[in-house]
Amino acid sequence: MNTRAMVTIYRNEMLRFFRTLTQSFLSPVVSTSLYFVVFGAAIGNQMEAMQGTDYGAFIVPGLVMLSVMTQSISAASFGIYFPKFIRTTYELLSAPISVFEIVCGFVSASVTKALIVGIFILLLAELIVDYRIEYPLYMLAFLLLTSVCFALMGFIIGVWAENFEQLQVIPLMLVTPLVILGGSFYSLSVLPPFWQTVTLFNPVVYLISGFRWTFFGQADVPVIFSLIAFGIIGSSCLAVIWWIFRTGWRLKA
Amino acid sequence: MEDIVTIKDVRKTYADGFEALKGISLNIKEGEILALLGPNGAGKTTLISAICGIARLSSGSVTVGGFDIISQYRKARSLIGLVPQEIALDPFARVMHAVRFTRGVFGKRKNDAYLEELLKKLSLWDKRSSQLNTLSGGMRRRVMIAKALSHEPRILFLDEPTAGVDVELRRDMWKTVAALKATGVTIILTTHFIEEAEAMADRVGVIMNGRLLLVQEKNQLMQQMGQKELEIQLNEPIATIPSDLVEYGLELINNGRSLVYRYDRNRTRKGIRKLLADVSAAGLVMQDLKTRQSSLEDIFVDLIAAAETRDLA
Repeated sequence: MNTRAMVTIYRNEMLRFFRTLTQSFLSPVVSTSLYFVVFGAAIGNQMEAMQGTDYGAFIVPGLVMLSVMTQSISAASFGIYFPKFIRTTYELLSAPISVFEIVCGFVSASVTKALIVGIFILLLAELIVDYRIEYPLYMLAFLLLTSVCFALMGFIIGVWAENFEQLQVIPLMLVTPLVILGGSFYSLSVLPPFWQTVTLFNPVVYLISGFRWTFFGQADVPVIFSLIAFGIIGSSCLAVIWWIFRTGWRLKA
Repeated sequence: MEDIVTIKDVRKTYADGFEALKGISLNIKEGEILALLGPNGAGKTTLISAICGIARLSSGSVTVGGFDIISQYRKARSLIGLVPQEIALDPFARVMHAVRFTRGVFGKRKNDAYLEELLKKLSLWDKRSSQLNTLSGGMRRRVMIAKALSHEPRILFLDEPTAGVDVELRRDMWKTVAALKATGVTIILTTHFIEEAEAMADRVGVIMNGRLLLVQEKNQLMQQMGQKELEIQLNEPIATIPSDLVEYGLELINNGRSLVYRYDRNRTRKGIRKLLADVSAAGLVMQDLKTRQSSLEDIFVDLIAAAETRDLA
């Protein structure tokens, strides 16, 4: 195994993260913190408790998931799209590296970036709202699984995208709506029965529900379903990536 | 010299049905400089891309250093350095980081002493901390070469290394390539500049329409296929070639001031002495004589023209 290549890709990606801290770190942290200020400190006190939890605290897991999912996707998609855009992919394709090693390098860097943002937001939320974490280790595991799954998805988007518009379209038009409508700000129990059923077709619901369970011990759907959702999303993404490198789709002539 | 790259019946057909390589077989010897010549779209870049792993082969096989480029891709690729035609660099990276990155993805242990020596050889050491987007086109091309050499490859592919660079830099690049050859690196270069192949190559391959028309030692090729020209400059211009001289197939140039005689340099009896005697006998006064050997460019143009005629037929 070419471990050195994986580490090199990882370090190169992290270097880019630290080179663009305003865009990759400060921007998501500030924008998510504003949700805590508005829905937590400002109007959260006026709202009813959700699943027995103060509203300000209730939205913490959802907002952390929103940040981690979008950051994982954008970091991984940009990570592989940028070399495509500047035509330096020749270097990766002509190097003695396997598919697994290339994906590991990009995905692990994206996961690290997303976790840095997610954990920082979590710590910042502590200053604005009161929340507890019932199962901290499970919480970290869920966070890790989420960022891995969405980084894999981002990698696929980055390979697929042929311009910057395409790079943005899936995160903005699909992932963000799915996360916001997937129970980030409310429990499924507050929805009418018809919309509850419709919402269950949104895979993000299972991820947010499981993550919220690690905080408050309560979930909209059984935790095992959340784990199954991770398994399906992760393995689907891995299968697509394997196919991309096998066929050279959008990478090799 | 042993073969370091073996290409057997390589074919490449793109998704749109275009057949870029039509069964190319070629052996590249260790330590040589092989120049691949051919017009645009001939298949030179596709061939290099297929060997280096950037394009997929439709059929055929390639070994590099005895390793198959598909089943033993790690060992094969670790021997290769590639400088693509286009300058492709992360504009925000710095020179030293860029070469370290390439060395790293090729799985080589960090060796800044080697990279320092390499950057010094390529006159890049002073620029090691510069961002790549601040460098001139020539400097960036050198960085591309430095990156390709950063993992100490035994084979270097240079795809149009001097495309778009000025004459001075081109000469510099030739010196760099000659220095690399001296260190034992095998060099395969594609070029439009036949002068470049003539100046540097040990062997020349000519590709057209996905086919390899020939591969030969450059000097041998120029000897075998080259012609010589004898220009007879006349004291007074003439309007037509005298009938006594028609058998020589002469050409009248310079507004009738010169006669050109073309002959095969390998022929034992070239007929020059008789021609000169006949020119004098025809009453023409010679002012001066000049000879010229046909260049690789002339040979290349002839080969391409012959191939085009064959394809049309």
